[in-house]
Amino acid sequence: MLRQAQHERFQGDSAVEAIDLVKDFGATRAVDGVSLSVPSGSIYGLLGPNGAGKTTTLRMLLGIIDPSSGTRRILGRTKPIDAAEEVGYLPEERGLYPAMHARDAIAFMGALRGLPLKEARRRAELMLTEHDLGDWAKKPIRTLSKGMAQTVQLLGSIIHKPQLIVLDEPFSGLDAINQARLEELIRREAQNGATIIFSTHVIAHAERLCERIAIVAKGKVAFEGRVDDARARLRPIVRLRTRASDGPWRSAIPSDARLEGDHLIFELPESGPEPLLRALLDGDAGIEALAIERPGLHDAFVAIAGESAAAAMGEEKPQ
Amino acid sequence: MRKVMRGAFVIGRRDFSATVLSKTFLFFLFGPVFPLLFGIAFGGIVSGTVGQRDKTIVAVIAPEAEFVRLQAARERLAGAIDNERVLGLVRYAPEPDLAAQQQRLLTSGETQFRAVLTGLPDHPRLAGNIQPEGNTAKQLRLLLANAASGNAAEPQLEVTHIDERPGGTPRDQARTGQIAQTALFFFTLLLSTMLLSQLVEEKSNKIIEVVAAAVPIESLFIGKLFAMLAASLLGLIVWTACGAAVVASWTGLAALPPPATGWPTFLGLASVYFAMNYLLLGAVFLTIGAQAATVREVQTLSMPVTFGQMLVFGFAAAAVTAPGSGLALSAEVFPLSSPLAMVARAAQSPGIWPHVAAIAWQVLWVALILRLGARLFRKTVLKSGPTRRWMGLRRA
Repeated sequence: MLRQAQHERFQGDSAVEAIDLVKDFGATRAVDGVSLSVPSGSIYGLLGPNGAGKTTTLRMLLGIIDPSSGTRRILGRTKPIDAAEEVGYLPEERGLYPAMHARDAIAFMGALRGLPLKEARRRAELMLTEHDLGDWAKKPIRTLSKGMAQTVQLLGSIIHKPQLIVLDEPFSGLDAINQARLEELIRREAQNGATIIFSTHVIAHAERLCERIAIVAKGKVAFEGRVDDARARLRPIVRLRTRASDGPWRSAIPSDARLEGDHLIFELPESGPEPLLRALLDGDAGIEALAIERPGLHDAFVAIAGESAAAAMGEEKPQ
Repeated sequence: MRKVMRGAFVIGRRDFSATVLSKTFLFFLFGPVFPLLFGIAFGGIVSGTVGQRDKTIVAVIAPEAEFVRLQAARERLAGAIDNERVLGLVRYAPEPDLAAQQQRLLTSGETQFRAVLTGLPDHPRLAGNIQPEGNTAKQLRLLLANAASGNAAEPQLEVTHIDERPGGTPRDQARTGQIAQTALFFFTLLLSTMLLSQLVEEKSNKIIEVVAAAVPIESLFIGKLFAMLAASLLGLIVWTACGAAVVASWTGLAALPPPATGWPTFLGLASVYFAMNYLLLGAVFLTIGAQAATVREVQTLSMPVTFGQMLVFGFAAAAVTAPGSGLALSAEVFPLSSPLAMVARAAQSPGIWPHVAAIAWQVLWVALILRLGARLFRKTVLKSGPTRRWMGLRRA
């Protein structure tokens, strides 16, 4: 209820706003004028290859480090630490005290965010049971598997029912089942009114979860907006297989069409699908297969961030 | 501030539990045995210096002629043995109110008399913080016998034991100050090196990100510092109880030299100064240790840090031998030696207000060092903040 009320306070506002954030580490500019706006209650993806500046941006938004220049506003506060009790954070480099029991580790993170310890322990036990880790509640972290420890840390970042949840590469290191569980958890938290920002270099997760994204490359925001708007930057893709290899119908095919196996791949012409279909039928192309595909976020990413960034992103395949 | 303290409490509670509930805490409790032996030996050397400075001096209230005879006897004895081992004599002409004169001499801060001799030549009486069969009384009997040449009968010296001042003699008080100073130094020496490595755990386990995002960095520093203070106080209680039991079974607690402020006040002040000494040095070491990225770096830092502590101790120990001097004042004012110097002052001087001022001064420095440490940590470890440009210029 509290979270709902707090959420309403920011309804219509951005949960997170960054204007022209810059971060220099010595002579290296890690983040170069990042501006973004995350609507309250949305799931927001920060996409980019490793080293693009995603983590540094998140750390600045959370107040772990201060920017070299630029401003930020988190849940209406200009000082991120003032909003700390309403923010949950899962860092990229996971860290827990190895000797601490799983329940206590979660409760400790809750207590750091302002929960009374007793209540934090109660919630921690409940959450561990919900995630099939009830038997591990009083076992030291060092005895848990990597996936279990990661779940413990994730639970620790949301135990206090934060309004804003920041997850840095949350899917990294998780198996397919746990990735699906995490996606479900993110959706559930968003349904409960939380704003979620996560960084990833696996586009499929962003495509499935996000309403809005920012594509970061070389410290700069190359795109910021709705996922559909990113896709809309590209024309639909046509995949065509014909019996005839040549004929008058070929004039309807763009000159930059490429051959992948026995399929012709090309962007749908601006005139739309009807003139193309008519030309294929009238020109006796002998259509064996025709698909008009909406471009994926990956294609949009390639177009926006460039081939090199896309190649760097492609190192880890989505599960 | 509320947020800082709340965060510090959460971190401190975790650190305290993690420290005290670990098996290694038992080893920690046994830790002081060896350095304490070293401390006793080192304390003995310094107390030897104190003893040398405080040669026993007896005030003699007597007519000139009687004093000359006694002094001549002293010179003969000093010629036969070492002059330094023979007590000194200072003459005062008798005043109408002899009792008041005797009391004034015993409590005089300028000349520190162990005892006052009156009643020469027929009924010598010695009054002071001495024992009837102690060295001072025995020497005086010998001098009196020697001075009364021709008399076959040795004069009967009447000895009256008096606690001239609340804390005993300056020599005793200096010894009390030395013991307290040495104890404080070694307890802090043992504990402060632990603080060097406190933040390495968070950094190596990557927990620092979670903590830094949730609470101000000051909370981390304060929490860690006070958690270790609480753990060390727990150890101190155990060590003090064991130490008191050993002293009680060996010589009896009453044999301990009484401090100038009295035992209850002195023990209270010593506890506060232990905490302040720990907090001051701990804050410095936490700041230094926070810069270390690995356990290896911490180990490398341990030696210079220990030497630094030894220097501070040496500075404060030197102040004990010269109470009220510029050196003592410097040691009392310099923040890192202030608790050690002030605990010695508590043993040597009865005033309370200087302690109130000193504690306030030390608290201020703890806050300043922690603030500086947290800023330095953010700047150098978390790489936070704007890039400084010298005079606003930057090369193109």
